[in-house]
Amino acid sequence: MKKATKKKAAAEKRAKKIGLVKEKKAKVLTALTGLGEQLYNQMTHRQFPWIQMPNRSIHNIQYDQKLRQYILGSKSVKRSSRNIKHIRPLTQLVWTASFVDELRGQDRTSTLRDVFYSAQAYEMSFTDQTESDNIITDLETVIGHSREDFNVFPEERSSIFGNLVIEYTVPGYEGKRMSLSSHPDGMMIGPALTNAEFAECKADKVIVIEKGGLFTRFVEEKVHDKHKAILVHTAGQAPRATRSLIRRLNQELDLPVYIFCDADPWGMHIAMVIISGSANAAHLRDLNTPDAKWAGVWASDIVDYDLPSDKLTDLDIKRLYEFGKDPRYEGKLWKREIETFLKIKKKAEQEAFSRYGLAYIVDKYLPAKLEEMEKY
Amino acid sequence: MKAAEVFQEISPADFFYRNRDIAGFTNPTRAIYSTVRELVENSLDACEVHGIPPDIYMRISHESGPADGPGVYRVRVADNGLGVPSKLIPSAFGQVLFGSKYKLRQTRGQFGLGGKMAILYGQITTHSEATIISSTGATKIHDVRLRIDIQRNQPEKIKEITHPNPDRWHGTIVEFSTEADYTRAMPKILDYLKETAIVAPYANLTFVDPRGRLYRFERATAQMPEPPKETILHPHGVDVETMKRVIDVTQARSLHAFMKMHFQRVGDTIARRFLEKAGIPGKKNPKKLTNEEIVSLANSMKNFEDFLPPDSSCLSPLGEELLKAGIEKELSPEYVEVYQRKPSAYSGFPFIVEVGAAYGGQIPNTGGIVLYRFANKIPLLFDEASDVSYKVVNSLVDWRHYKVLPDMPIAVFVHLCSTKVPYKTVGKEFIADRPDVEREILNAVREVARRLSVFLSRKHTIERQKKRLDVFEKFLPKIALFSTKLAGKQKEPDVKPLLKSVLKHEESDEEESSS
Repeated sequence: MKKATKKKAAAEKRAKKIGLVKEKKAKVLTALTGLGEQLYNQMTHRQFPWIQMPNRSIHNIQYDQKLRQYILGSKSVKRSSRNIKHIRPLTQLVWTASFVDELRGQDRTSTLRDVFYSAQAYEMSFTDQTESDNIITDLETVIGHSREDFNVFPEERSSIFGNLVIEYTVPGYEGKRMSLSSHPDGMMIGPALTNAEFAECKADKVIVIEKGGLFTRFVEEKVHDKHKAILVHTAGQAPRATRSLIRRLNQELDLPVYIFCDADPWGMHIAMVIISGSANAAHLRDLNTPDAKWAGVWASDIVDYDLPSDKLTDLDIKRLYEFGKDPRYEGKLWKREIETFLKIKKKAEQEAFSRYGLAYIVDKYLPAKLEEMEKY
Repeated sequence: MKAAEVFQEISPADFFYRNRDIAGFTNPTRAIYSTVRELVENSLDACEVHGIPPDIYMRISHESGPADGPGVYRVRVADNGLGVPSKLIPSAFGQVLFGSKYKLRQTRGQFGLGGKMAILYGQITTHSEATIISSTGATKIHDVRLRIDIQRNQPEKIKEITHPNPDRWHGTIVEFSTEADYTRAMPKILDYLKETAIVAPYANLTFVDPRGRLYRFERATAQMPEPPKETILHPHGVDVETMKRVIDVTQARSLHAFMKMHFQRVGDTIARRFLEKAGIPGKKNPKKLTNEEIVSLANSMKNFEDFLPPDSSCLSPLGEELLKAGIEKELSPEYVEVYQRKPSAYSGFPFIVEVGAAYGGQIPNTGGIVLYRFANKIPLLFDEASDVSYKVVNSLVDWRHYKVLPDMPIAVFVHLCSTKVPYKTVGKEFIADRPDVEREILNAVREVARRLSVFLSRKHTIERQKKRLDVFEKFLPKIALFSTKLAGKQKEPDVKPLLKSVLKHEESDEEESSS
């Protein structure tokens, strides 16, 4: 009886989760329509159409301790079509909004490059892709949703593997389910996966890995079974769709997230962006995973495991000093590791563990680390 | 046995025959250009001096030889000038250095040389005679065939016929055969006619070329510039030889009277002060001056600074109105500005500078300023870079200061009128940079440049406003279209009232506002 109730509650919870993606879609559509109505009404009242949005300039970006990410301050900018300098970007913004509104309405996806080219059909040409990318960022700011939410994806793709069953929402696949362990190379985190609901999960943690080689090793060594983990491969700096997926795994499924990168300032920052977001995305929410943990490889691991290493370059050292001033790096662990890097002046790649045999990293290092992370 | 050196005298005709290069008859290309130019200028002078609006007809037809390259062509130029009295026809057209132009007044030609050189060149290259038909408007028209006896510099009349003249036609027709390379000379000949049409907007010019093409430049006005008056010498322009000649013919009994009688703008006061300064008693009879005294008198005259500037009534500038009409009629520019300086003088020769500046129309966009040069209503087409105007326009005036950019279609016109144009060479193609002349041209060009810059900045403002409106016209309807689509509405909002108010508002920058 008790068991049945629990089961029922779990089913309800899952059913609720199943609706989350659709709910977001509706929100985005409402926001887009709202923008259209605002401009439309201004014009019927013989006003030059205008919009107001948060200022994204560097002076208006601040770190929010509570959200543990960068956010935009209170300054805002007004884009008015009365101003000759604004009318073109404003028109481009409205065009982009109507373009993605159509995309979203028809459940089609598109890339940044697509947007750049599609504009030409409307005599709305952007001078270059930087300009069109900028306008999309403007639209994100105005709507308050990231571009992946209105189906505009970047080119780079990362992948995922593990004991998670997803349910597609994209046309032609609606309701279809698929286990993320069906393909040993992992499943590509593309538009369809980003828009999928989580149906069934047997994992109890997420392990994020920077390098592809190591991701494959983890699959081969069955980390997903041994450690009940969903594996995510970022392929360098994690794309925003991947960051948002990691967040969903953490928030919707209550899974702890552990991040493994190279032991150098760049690897460190890959972890940081997943945890605390980037200044570039200060206008967006729900991209970061504040509770995710940077599990390695640390500078102190280089010492503790006596890893083969390279010398830090001048650029590496400069980057570390920049971290010293960055509010995101204020945690004790971060401070300690930055100091260690600067002391030993060495860096190491994830593959460095191979000196102890190919399975070492999975058999010895990983369990030790996961245990150690309980402390942080 | 050694023959003795033979000394012989040559006639002026012989001299120019041997030295035809200096008169512009270097080769068949240059020769046909010079022929056209000399004949057209004589015709224009024949009309203008008497205030008759010129009607000039010119025909060049191919007689023999290849179509490309040098061949024999027949040239005919007819005008409606006052005509040449029958008695004078042989000398006027068959004797070098005989003419009506050895006077102090502004005319195109000066030595009575050019027209005869053209006939002479035709004669020596084709061995044929020239036909001159002329009437002064009396009852007869004289039709004379003649050659030039080169060695004796005498006209050789071959035949003379008279025709009745019931319509009282007056004018002159000159026709002869000559060697020419028309194909190569054509561009310059057409330039010459076009520029002549600019500087003589009161003339009708008609040209039928060897291929039968008709070029017609019609007059834009019948108004003529004031004909030049003959004047006496200005003391600064007198040398010892001239002084001797004047003394030979004078009837004055005293130097004081002599000064007043023969020199421009010399009255009692100036005559007295000059003679005192020169240290020559005013009562002295000029005929009794010794050679040394004549030399000293001439030199003192050159150096005395209190003579009044020369009289400019002997000049016949075009005038601002006519210059403007000429530019407008030939180039139909978007904007034209003309300016005439007050008379000035160099070395005792009066001169007037007239300039124009024009924008757009048929003015080509050459990446620089197109310069049109004229002297005594003659277009100057060769050696532009050596001309004082070129120096003024291309290095002395800073055009950026006048908002002129290199890619603008702008032309500058410089017309110098003088009783003696300071040509640098006998070729009469470019003007020397005499400081006084350069200063006048520079000041005149600066003045039109100033006025041009006002036009340019106004034009710029209008263009900017138009561009501004274009931007709004391009984008506002799109905002309307896309926001209608986005909002899911049917009817697009009307943007016309907004467009109307665009021009009323200047930029209202609402770049950033805090909230």
